Amino acid sequence: MTEITRTVRIGSSNGLHARPAKLFAQAVKDAGIPVTITKGAGAPVNAASILGVISLGAEKGDYVTLAADGDDAVAVLDDLADLLTTDHDEA
Amino acid sequence: MTELRGVGIGLGVAQGPVARMAEPLPAPDDSASTLTPDEELARVRDAVAVVARELEDRGSKAGGMAREVLEAQAMMAEDPTLDQEVEARTSAGKTGEFAVYAAFASFRDTLAAMGGYLGERAADLDDVAQRVIARLRGLPAPGVPDPGHPFVLVAKDLAPADTALLDLDKVLALITTDGGPTSHTAILAREKSIVAIVGAAGAKDLVDGETVIVDAAKGVVTTAPTAEELAQAQNRADARASAASAPLTPGALKDGTKVPLLANLGKPGGAAEAVELGAEGVGLFRTEFLFLSATQAPTVEEQTKAYTELLQTFPGKKVVVRALDAGADKPLAFLNDAHEDNPALGLRGLRALRASEDILREQLTALANADKATESDLWVMAPMVATVEEAGYFVALAKEYGIKTAGVMVEVPSSAIQAARILQLADFASIGTNDLTQYTLAADRLLGSVASYQDPWHPAVLQLIKATADGGKANGKPVGICGEAAADPLLAVVLVGLGATTLSMAPTALADVRASLLQYDLADAERIAQAALAADDAASARAAAQAAAQPVAQ
Repeated sequence: MTEITRTVRIGSSNGLHARPAKLFAQAVKDAGIPVTITKGAGAPVNAASILGVISLGAEKGDYVTLAADGDDAVAVLDDLADLLTTDHDEA
Repeated sequence: MTELRGVGIGLGVAQGPVARMAEPLPAPDDSASTLTPDEELARVRDAVAVVARELEDRGSKAGGMAREVLEAQAMMAEDPTLDQEVEARTSAGKTGEFAVYAAFASFRDTLAAMGGYLGERAADLDDVAQRVIARLRGLPAPGVPDPGHPFVLVAKDLAPADTALLDLDKVLALITTDGGPTSHTAILAREKSIVAIVGAAGAKDLVDGETVIVDAAKGVVTTAPTAEELAQAQNRADARASAASAPLTPGALKDGTKVPLLANLGKPGGAAEAVELGAEGVGLFRTEFLFLSATQAPTVEEQTKAYTELLQTFPGKKVVVRALDAGADKPLAFLNDAHEDNPALGLRGLRALRASEDILREQLTALANADKATESDLWVMAPMVATVEEAGYFVALAKEYGIKTAGVMVEVPSSAIQAARILQLADFASIGTNDLTQYTLAADRLLGSVASYQDPWHPAVLQLIKATADGGKANGKPVGICGEAAADPLLAVVLVGLGATTLSMAPTALADVRASLLQYDLADAERIAQAALAADDAASARAAAQAAAQPVAQ
């Protein structure tokens, strides 16, 4: 199996904290396959870990890379990438 | 009595007996486990699951924003990375309690070190850890106390799980020793309109049962209050309660003297709420929101659309729009990106606009377009005018674009002193009390070490306000107030006594000020203003005004 990756920019005005971080980690958990998230050139963290995701400190406009293996990886990463580029904080 | 200071949330006041939140559980000892690593891990996973379900239950009961926060906490409890950290420790022979404590602490420190918003999430994580450890020990989860009567809750900082389930009939007010204006305590206190003071470090010594006054407007907790102080606080609380339910009459003194009450707005979206709260128009519409997030100025079309949206909300009413006020606390790269040692004294306000006159011309074009398309009475003013020549320049330019009513902000003492001359040229003046205070007392309003000078009650500031109002009277021109001073119910009376013709403030302050004005005749207001003017400093001016107002107000 080859690893699939997607690099996207964070869309939420307040960055990947609080509600957007929760929505994202929940979606990864629901996807049921291991996914990692890396900010810039940093170390990958478990994307289903809300604490790991919050600790990235990713702000709006920062680049993050998602990575996963397996048959579903392409579809899962496409959905997750959409989630990250959407602004969940707009009022 | 003594006073403890913190950051007040809102303008309310409350009093009552203190009930303290249970102190956090002591940290577990690092003693060797008597169980196998697998047994310890199973205990932790059971406890974590129970706590996560509890938090979710609380979330669905609380609803709204609290639900999001509590669900996030439930996810923190069951976080897979945390589970790995716990497992590493139980495998090494640690007890479940210690493994949870140490694993959460490592994440907590990471968050706390990031500071700001993330730092304040550290408290959320502490709360989850406490709940899991309490569960492992068979102790009740830490939470809100229940002394059996209404109380003032005092805590280090409140976790979302606590604030979400606060029984509003029992909680008279909240005081926290830690946490800032963006902590959950503050956010939820605002959402639920609970009187709150956060970050009052001195409150750590308050004991159960002692009576305190919590004054959010001043950010002060008064301990051992006198009977008179308690009665005053009760009067204010009652006045606020009746003001909130009083009819939305136009602003006026007791003798019928009209004092139009206007709203300060920062974007068109706030207009509907302002109308609901009884604003008779807009006294200060800040246009910075159109520019702050932009790397270049917005187009005339974008601006026209935003101004039209605002003006449509106030048909037949006055709307005072301030031209872009950049600089100092609101730098804009495309206007001025030069480094300045003293930005408050630098190229800002009208000075910056003159240096980039095309931006000012575009803004005036957009405002004139919006005015033509709508029915409201548009007034436009220039920020930070310091000279008669600047006033003349701005008024002439605005008229060139068809703006019917053009005026100036009085924020610099020179303009207040020369108000009679400036108001020969300008159609009106609006006093920005925050900047006027900063410039009069030569104290940077953004600098904490000189924050005590930033008090608009200072008699020197009041004299300059009077000078400006006198300049308006001499020319038959209106002089309004659009700084935070107008939102202080007693200072509002003083300002009218000094000659201010309109008051503009955050819409949430309108009810308090409307009720306060109705208690005094114009002669009372003038007498109270004289008492404040005659004082030596801000504190004694406030005290003198209170004393002069006392025989009148109930």
